[in-house]
Amino acid sequence: MQFESFSDFIAMGGYGFYVWLSFGSCLAIILGLLFVSLHEGKRLKQQVKMQMSREERIKKAKEAEAQA
Amino acid sequence: MRASNSYWTLFCNVYRKDVTLAFRQRAEIVNPLLFFLIVITLFPLAIGPEPALLARMAPGIIWVAALLSTMLGLDKIFRDDYMDGSLEQLIASPYPLSLAVLAKVAAHWTVAGLPMVIMAPVFALLMNLESQALGATVLTLLIGTPLLSFIGAIGAGLTVGLQKGGILMSLLVLPLYIPVLIFATSAIDTSSMSLAYSGQLAILGAMLAVAFVAAPIAISSALRVSVS
Amino acid sequence: MWKWLHPYAKAERAYQLCNTLLPYFAVVSVLCIVVGWVWGLAYAPADYQQKDSYRIIFIHVPSAILSMGAYSSMAVAAIIALVWQLRNAELAVIAIAPVGAAMTAIALITGAAWGKPMWGAWWVWDARLTSELILLFLYLGVLSLYHAFEDKKAGGRAACILAIVGVVNLPIIHFSVEWWNTLHQGATITKFDTSAIDPSMLWPLLINLLGFAALVGAMSLIRLKNEIMQADKHRPWVRQLVSRG
Repeated sequence: MQFESFSDFIAMGGYGFYVWLSFGSCLAIILGLLFVSLHEGKRLKQQVKMQMSREERIKKAKEAEAQA
Repeated sequence: MRASNSYWTLFCNVYRKDVTLAFRQRAEIVNPLLFFLIVITLFPLAIGPEPALLARMAPGIIWVAALLSTMLGLDKIFRDDYMDGSLEQLIASPYPLSLAVLAKVAAHWTVAGLPMVIMAPVFALLMNLESQALGATVLTLLIGTPLLSFIGAIGAGLTVGLQKGGILMSLLVLPLYIPVLIFATSAIDTSSMSLAYSGQLAILGAMLAVAFVAAPIAISSALRVSVS
Repeated sequence: MWKWLHPYAKAERAYQLCNTLLPYFAVVSVLCIVVGWVWGLAYAPADYQQKDSYRIIFIHVPSAILSMGAYSSMAVAAIIALVWQLRNAELAVIAIAPVGAAMTAIALITGAAWGKPMWGAWWVWDARLTSELILLFLYLGVLSLYHAFEDKKAGGRAACILAIVGVVNLPIIHFSVEWWNTLHQGATITKFDTSAIDPSMLWPLLINLLGFAALVGAMSLIRLKNEIMQADKHRPWVRQLVSRG
């Protein structure tokens, strides 16, 4: 361990702002892109599911119509 | 088309058609030049009229203005032909598309680049450029503007099928213009210090040679994508 | 080899391959980045000249290397897509581009945050910084071109062409910018000589590099899965997949 205490670790020898700014923005960009990508996948699956259930409903309605 | 039509006839026909169309609507030639002049006028107003400062910045200003004004005509290079369907005919014809593309790029240069090369000494005088740099300005524009037409036509080919391709095309093309800008302005800079600038010209020439071979291929494949 | 590779041209197989590969990439990237960050931030010795500010190197260098690595892999995918007309390779181009753009953005931001204490300015027109910025423009160009097309198939091919044009131009841009920089200013900027770096700093750097590489792979795989699914939205295999879980 290079640092004596936790506050030393945060201060980074006076360069804390720059070090944490870069690590923070790096993390933010990565997590942001990851979240967007995963969310997109979920949304796509939802979309396909909705389309399928819609088609199911149309089919059922048509069957009911044919019987009536 | 008859079989007797050679590749050269195709080139000449496409070239002549584009140039004639441009000369019929004179605005297409005059407007980019006017734009070039106005952009150059804006710089002294913005940064101050000191002759020494202007002379120092002149190469950069002239070249940035040249870049922007060639962008104006680029949007039209394939758009009209795309709209009236003659681009599709060119693609469907048995002749190589890259040849027709080469003719169109040459026509664009004649209409947009050449007038700028001719007018450049006048604009250089406006910017207090040293007289020994005038030759370099004209020479770099002479080699550089066809290069701009080639690179720009790639962007134009990629965006021709899009509704609002104009701004997108400038975003795609401007980063690719950077090497031309760097070497051309540095050639003018060096010449205003009365040094030899043949090295920069040679690099510009090399880039033009590469673009002459490679760009028509890229442009024609871009057009095939856009039209299909 | 062709017999082995050919099934992956099918969307379903490619999707499954992504699924199998993804956990490995994800585990390696998370593990390496956590270890690398903790090691780099807390355990690596401080630089005798730059003190603790040099710790930015542990994200700056990997992201800068991978921003270029991602572009070259994107260009390779683009060439494959155009030569062999593989739809999946086209989708890979679109999948990699945002990840590469993110890496470029990270490299630029961390470079600025490192430059401020070291050079006294957020931004210097240094050759490397400038070409990194232009690289970001190229990435954004590919992405915006793709999204401008209504017809995503044509958009994918247009993006491939632009990626190849960009990769041809990239070395020219890089060398011209480097040449321009040496011409315009002789300011010496502290450069890191990687071979002269102490092992106690080199190891965390390498671990971070591996972690970032795996991260780029993992994110590209996630995005590629999305793109494949989006393209094959109406195919039966996607429906089966969705209804299964």
